[in-house]
This record gives sequence, structure tokens and C-alpha cells, in this order.
Amino acid sequence: MMLDVATQPADADGTARGQVPARLKIIDGDVHPALCSLSDLRPFMSADWWECLATYGTRRRHGMNFEPYPKSAPRACRRDAWPQDGGVPGSSLELIRKQYLEAYGIEFAILGPLGVTGHGELNCGLAAALACATNDWQRQAFSRPEPRLKSAIVVPYEDGAASAREIERCANDPAFAQVFMLTRSSEPAGNQRYWPIYEAAMRHALPVGLHVFGAGGHPYTGTGWPSYYIEESCGHSTSCQTAVTSLVIEGVFERFPRLKVVIIEGGFAWLPALCWRLDKLYDRMRREVPHLKRRPSEYIREHVWVTSQPMEEPKDHRHLLDVIEWIGWDRLLFASDYPHWDFDDPLRAFPASVPRERYRQILSTNARAVYRLN
Amino acid sequence: MQRHVVAKAAELPVGARKLVHVGGRDIVVLNVKGELFALSDKCPHKGGSLSRGKLTGAVSSREPGSYTYARPGEILRCPWHGWEFDVRTGKSVCDPRRMRLFCYAVSREAGTKLVEGPYTAELFAVTLEDDYVVVETQ
Repeated sequence: MMLDVATQPADADGTARGQVPARLKIIDGDVHPALCSLSDLRPFMSADWWECLATYGTRRRHGMNFEPYPKSAPRACRRDAWPQDGGVPGSSLELIRKQYLEAYGIEFAILGPLGVTGHGELNCGLAAALACATNDWQRQAFSRPEPRLKSAIVVPYEDGAASAREIERCANDPAFAQVFMLTRSSEPAGNQRYWPIYEAAMRHALPVGLHVFGAGGHPYTGTGWPSYYIEESCGHSTSCQTAVTSLVIEGVFERFPRLKVVIIEGGFAWLPALCWRLDKLYDRMRREVPHLKRRPSEYIREHVWVTSQPMEEPKDHRHLLDVIEWIGWDRLLFASDYPHWDFDDPLRAFPASVPRERYRQILSTNARAVYRLN
Repeated sequence: MQRHVVAKAAELPVGARKLVHVGGRDIVVLNVKGELFALSDKCPHKGGSLSRGKLTGAVSSREPGSYTYARPGEILRCPWHGWEFDVRTGKSVCDPRRMRLFCYAVSREAGTKLVEGPYTAELFAVTLEDDYVVVETQ
């Protein structure tokens, strides 16, 4: 028997241990920055709007907070992502760098701000002011000091004209890599009220990221408010299906032929079945939608990408590979959702049976074709 | 078998935990209500560090609407995806056969005992007066 003494403490801050094997480049399609407090936005708002916000607060279509229910972890975040010197997960650039960017060798991460960003805000003027402040805050707090973090142009999407103006204001700055909306908008995403957003995004060759959630006034399911968080989590994929279906059927991709849409955080295994169903119905009812010139699956194959997290985890890995095959290996973008509790580790999220060249596509090659990263 | 002195006993009072790296392994050592447990730190699901997880209890239900909460503090929940592990067996609550942490023997030993015997020379500042936490690895 031998006795030795532990002299080397392991990393106590939850950073990845060990070396990244044979380094593949990694681009992450979903990282969430956070405000420490609302006053972080103050420097980016006019005195007038700040006073309005401070006095009256926000008026959401939900009539509640952005998130009406608590999650399985505080702020829905990894318990190891709270900065030790205060603040909330996603607010400390230093911790994001140490715990994520450097620990995994991330080349770029695309930000997606949630919370008080103007989403679902009923006061149109305040919604626009909040989106504008959120964009300037992202750029100032994250993308300027850390160019690996790419900002998203958050738009007050219920107001198409104001959204297009915000895209115009930001689009020429390379700090921004995408336009950002949420799936649970007040009407399905293909509605004409949102078309000014798609027109401006296409003109600037920016993809439109549609992230799950949204304070559009609708419950988590198509049939009302569910009792459990598990049900809420499943409800995201159906909101994504509504968005994709609407974009196709309303003719958005016919009208905006170079538009790129990324569905973020809704999983992806539902997509092949949706394509099969849409094609079948289209073959029988194309008289109803004469503005469509191709089968729905063709528009989806050309215009829609999906991020990986939170991915379905079938017991037999081959089933997941089949699903990706059906969607197209060039359509899937890695996303971690850092710092949220359902974070996916880029080195462990995919089954080992994914061929290396495919893995490279998912981790970075596909993202390079979608986002503006230079 | 290899024995590793990983902490002074006073470093691990009731409710405390320590992440240690010994014998090439990351191990989380926990003091739950006075009992010591040592488990592999990396979650077998996706690799979260269990040392940052929450200690909770075992919730069970005979039927919808009925809940029992037992063994408070004996279930360790991964800080990432929430997989839960029994600190006594290392087995996960959801998939105990396939998803489990490795359990290491861990004990509290007096410095007088450690400085005796064939391994005295291996030791650093182990003193007679203190107690130590010792983890065994294969």
C-alpha cells in the first residue's frame, strides 16, 4: 500500500479539464449575455426613455415577466457559472472567457440576449429604445473588448418598420453577426408585419436567428399553459414548427430569395417529419398557396438552419445520425447555450460515431456559411 | 491500492466539500451530516463537475398527487443537466444500472496513525495532533 498527498487542487471553477483533442475549430451559435441589472442599459438610453422605464417598468404582452415561471436552476443557469465576485451568469466577460471561450478554444460565439430587450414590449417606443440599448450594450460590454463574441441585432420585432431601422443602424458594424427574434411572436413568423425585418436582413446578408421563447402573449403550448417545466421545454419545438411552417407557407422565402433563417434552441429531430407532412399537404392543396413555386421541403432545405442544442438523445446513436442525414449535414450548427443549465459541451455533445468531417461541418464549417464573421 | 491524504479533517466540516485530483482522477469529497463520501467528479452524462452540484433529497411518488421527500442531502445533482446521483452508491436515480459515479473508500484518520508504518517517508506535513481525510484509489 502506498500513501501520497494531494498537492495539486483540481480546477475549482468548473472549467474544462484536460486538453482539447486534435483541435477542431468551434463556432457557437447560442451564448447568452446577461445584464447585472437593468441600469447597465442606462448609458445607452436617452434620459427620457430611461425615466419612463424606471418609473413605469415594462409592459409585456404576457402581463408578466419575460419568464413567467421559475426554472430547474436559478436563472436557468449552470450552477457553476455564477461569477464569484458577484453578478449573474453571462454578465462577467472574464468568466465567459475563462470558463468557456478559453477552456474549449472557441473561435466565435454568437450572442443572443434574452430578458428585458424590448421583446414583447407593448409600448412601441420603449421597445425600440430597449432593443437599441441592448445592441449598444452588447457591443460595448462584449464584442468590442472580446471580438470572439459576436453581437446580435435585437429587433423590436412586433414593429416591422422600427426593426428595419434598427437593422440599418447596426448592420454595417462587423460586431454584429445576426438579426435576433424569438419564436413566440404575437403572430406566426411569416406574417407580413415582420417582412420589413426579412427584407433588411437579406439586404445586409445577415441571417435571422429565431430563438425559442418570447413574450408574444401566447402560452407555452398551442392548447394553453402546461403544469410542468418538462412540458414547457417540449413546447419550444412546436413553436419552432409554427415559425418554420409560417415562413414557408406565407411565401417569405419566395419573396426574399436570399434570406437565411436559423432556428435556435428548439432541437431538430422534428424537422424531417415536418417537411414530410408539409410536402404531402402541399401536393394536395397547392391551389390554396399559388405563390409557392416549390415544395415546402425545398424552401426549408435552402433557407433554414438549426442549432444543435438541446439535441434529442436517442438511446441508439444511429437514429440521431439518421435524423441529421435527413435534415442535411450542412444545416446543423453547434450551439452550447452557455451559461444556461442545459449547456452542451462541444467536445461531448455529439456521439463519437459522427464522422470527423461531419463533426467539423457542425462545429464550424456550416456556421461560416451562415453568419457574417469577418 | 493507493491511499491519498486529501485534506485535514478540519477542512471538511459538516456540509463542506472539496474537489481533489489524486491518482490521475478528479474526486469530489463530501461531508454529509458528518459522514464522508468520495465520488468521481465528472458527470458520466456530459462531463459537468459534480463538485459544483447541489445536494438534495430523494423524491418519490406512489401515484400522481402523492410525493415523498426522503434522505435530504444524500442526492447530488449535476450543475449542468440535473442528473442526480446517490452519494452512498454513486448510482444515478434515473438510470442506476448504466449511469453511475465511481465511489471511493474514504475515511478520517488520526495523524498518529498516518505517521506510523511503512509510508511515513511519503508524507508532507502530517502532524500527530491533527486528523486527516484519506481516499483510496485502485
